[in-house]
Amino acid sequence: MQVSLQISDISKSFKDLKALKHISLEVRENELFGLIGPDGAGKTTLFRILASLLLPDEGQANVAGFDVIKDYKQLRKNIGYMPGKFSLYQDLTVEENLNFFATIFNSSIEENYDLIKDIYVQIEPFKKRKAGDLSGGMKQKLALSCALIHKPKVLFLDEPTTGVDPVSRNEFWGMLKKLQKKGITIFVSTPYMDEAALCDRIAFINQGEILQVDTPSAIVKNFAKQVLNIQTPSIYKALRVLGSYQHTHSIYPFGESLHYMDSRKDFDWNEVLNHLKNEEIKDVEGELISPEIEDVFMELSRN
Amino acid sequence: MKTVYIIIRKEFKQIFRNKAMIPIIFVLPLLQLVILSNAATYEVKDIQIGYVDYDHSISSRKLIENIKGSSYFENPIYYESAAQAEEAILKDKIELVIEIPQDFEKNIIQANYPKVAVRVNAIDGASAGVQNVYIQQIISNFNKHIRLESYNPAQQSLNYSSIESVTSFWYNQNLNYKTLMVPGILVLIITMLTLFLSSMNIVREKEIGTLEQINVTPIKKWQFIVGKLFPFWVIGLMLLSIGLLIAKLIFNTPMLGSNMLIYAYTSLYLLLILGMGLLISNFTDTQQQAMFIAWFFVVIFILMSGLFTPIESMPIWAQNFTQLNPVAYFVEMMRMIMLKGSTFQDTGVIFMKTFIYALVMNFLAVWSYQKKN
Repeated sequence: MQVSLQISDISKSFKDLKALKHISLEVRENELFGLIGPDGAGKTTLFRILASLLLPDEGQANVAGFDVIKDYKQLRKNIGYMPGKFSLYQDLTVEENLNFFATIFNSSIEENYDLIKDIYVQIEPFKKRKAGDLSGGMKQKLALSCALIHKPKVLFLDEPTTGVDPVSRNEFWGMLKKLQKKGITIFVSTPYMDEAALCDRIAFINQGEILQVDTPSAIVKNFAKQVLNIQTPSIYKALRVLGSYQHTHSIYPFGESLHYMDSRKDFDWNEVLNHLKNEEIKDVEGELISPEIEDVFMELSRN
Repeated sequence: MKTVYIIIRKEFKQIFRNKAMIPIIFVLPLLQLVILSNAATYEVKDIQIGYVDYDHSISSRKLIENIKGSSYFENPIYYESAAQAEEAILKDKIELVIEIPQDFEKNIIQANYPKVAVRVNAIDGASAGVQNVYIQQIISNFNKHIRLESYNPAQQSLNYSSIESVTSFWYNQNLNYKTLMVPGILVLIITMLTLFLSSMNIVREKEIGTLEQINVTPIKKWQFIVGKLFPFWVIGLMLLSIGLLIAKLIFNTPMLGSNMLIYAYTSLYLLLILGMGLLISNFTDTQQQAMFIAWFFVVIFILMSGLFTPIESMPIWAQNFTQLNPVAYFVEMMRMIMLKGSTFQDTGVIFMKTFIYALVMNFLAVWSYQKKN
């Protein structure tokens, strides 16, 4: 398979802050690749370097065959970039925004209409409305349409679903899957671990370093630890008790329950629950579960 | 070229879609022009004057009559003593007092250097100076008449000879302040608006983040800069047209020189101002910052432009500074062309200086733009 995006040994610092430390990655052609990491991990910095908006201190990157430094002019014609913050003209209408971006790419809405059709039909009824007056989900669809209007080979989406409701988020990922079928390579970042499972491959990033790269299923499958899901009304107390428990490997809240990992290779989880009961924590329930992507990330970012 | 055109079209759409923009660009400046030109005058009129007369003679009364007859002064108020008059000045009842000592008439007759004392409230130095000039004129007129009256044709040897000066004010015969102020204020309005709007407009794209989106498109930097600034160049020239129309229709300002020359110079001048706007926007991140920096420069430029205080009377370092003050060039240019009818040959030096200045400014602006972005 051909490589669409090649990042080798990229580093970037802002004064004392090392935002990216020797990042290397490969994204294959027509892949839906997810960059997963918490806020401040360096995701946006990497995106801006790949979109030729920022110069790296060290290293090289190649997008769709164009070097991000030397061939930035050609590169810009071949990528679509949707920044995390809504960056279209709020005082222009939906149609005017789309037209503007189409024409500066020497294209037109009609020319690539089939590519954006599925997305654009949803906002077309509002095409005379100013972009600033759209709802969050609509803005996102408009931004995606504008990023696609010149038929890019690679699409960069920086946290496209941050601040978007769960229904729209699902819908959005559905749209990405469709775009992928049309031959576009998609490089997307997100802080949401549940979205990671929707990608072909993912890379974990934390504090400017890539922790692991693989398919979501392989990442979970290769995870060696067992996870104990603990439910109790007194979560905070249980968290404290297990925090000082001698066999605890890690303990962290996960939604409305706690995820516990033991430091021993094999362990009897009833022993853990009994320990909690002995510490006067009531209504404790527990079960062993197969680890999720977030568990893997928590484990990786501990080191 | 097509890209530039698209950006310009977008810019105009955005400018005119902003509801506050039309009044800001076209109505407020013209109100300013009409109001300021009428209000900002150096003329001092209806001055409250008091007098103290210790002499009570025909001559002293005649001098007071002369003051009464002047159109600059209100009817003089009589005070019995200098102390009383002084108190009236303290209480701001009168602006100045003229004190006629005893033996005033006697000294006149004996040709013994008669004297009067004039005290002026100099809280406002500028108008105090003007008031002093007015009163001096009246006194010297009075002086001349005494001489004529005491002049005895039989007596061939003249005691005095005096030089009389006849003044004629060229290019503004009646010293009409509006003639002076209208071109100047028009200059200020054009400068202020184009500098503020252009510097804030580019920063705006940075502030809302749209610049990020623009930067990943194939738009070249020069296309973006030209596209962003061109609308304000047009707006500047529109302002000039409306301003000139008002100057002609409402103030009847003389326009001796060629209008083409005014437009030619303004076109060049606007390039300089827009370059400055771009430079400011390169070093700021928000519209607020841009606004304050632009304001800082505009205030200095205006106060040192020669519009309100003559450049010739500034200290040397300040005079040198005005070489860098675009507003000073524009004010001088407008006055030269409109009031004096100067031609391109006469104004070539200013043209050249402005051209070089604009070149340097735009070079700096584009250079720093490339560095920053």
